[in-house]
Amino acid sequence: MKISCEEASHICTKSQYKEASFWEILKLRLHILYCKTCEHYSKRNGTLTSLCDRAGLNVLSKEDKESMKKDLEKRL
Amino acid sequence: MAEHQLHPDNWVDQYADYLFNYAVARVSDAEIAKDLVQETFFAGLNSAKNYKGDAAERTWLIAILKRKVIDHYRKINSKKGKAEVRINYTASSDSEGDWIEEQVADPFSQDGDNTLENEELGAAIQECISKLPRKQAMVFQMKTIQGMSTEDICNELDINPSNLWVMIHRARTALMGCLNDNWF
Repeated sequence: MKISCEEASHICTKSQYKEASFWEILKLRLHILYCKTCEHYSKRNGTLTSLCDRAGLNVLSKEDKESMKKDLEKRL
Repeated sequence: MAEHQLHPDNWVDQYADYLFNYAVARVSDAEIAKDLVQETFFAGLNSAKNYKGDAAERTWLIAILKRKVIDHYRKINSKKGKAEVRINYTASSDSEGDWIEEQVADPFSQDGDNTLENEELGAAIQECISKLPRKQAMVFQMKTIQGMSTEDICNELDINPSNLWVMIHRARTALMGCLNDNWF
């Protein structure tokens, strides 16, 4: 049941995208009980997720960028 | 020799998302924002000879985009200006007869503040993302902002899932550090 800090941080990252399995989360929770460093890390990771949600970021799709590039190149 | 130089061939990769976010926050329409970004790049090309190099490339492009946003509002306003302006006591008929006191701004509402803060936050995050290595930034954006599935990203970039998680993990760790310095 014991996992390394490296594994814990990877589970933590996965769980930010809801892609960690039930067992992984259980192992992470257990690890956090005795590892202060990972507890801190996982808190900050969660904060980053909520910041990204709150900022409502947008990106242009790949296709949009490609067509932009083509149009620009024509004029270069 | 000027301090900064223009590299139009990198514009789309480096600044498109940043400019796009800036524009979306101001015109709240993705299609219009996209057009404004495109127009900004064109205008940048046309006036490249006027670029003196004392501002960073991005600052210069943002300045152009600002003008484009203002022009956009001028354009739609002149169309609207022709329409009849009607002011009613209430906007909708079902609240007719309600007291005007009910319509004053809610002092507990923080919508305005929040929008402004979130916009700044968006810029701060964008700034931090732009400091990441190209590939990490790309994977992070695909996963976090576009919400693509792990499988799709792996197929598109030809990497395996553990590669992907390592990159996302590194990107997130770097972003946390960067936001810690720039945001909190």
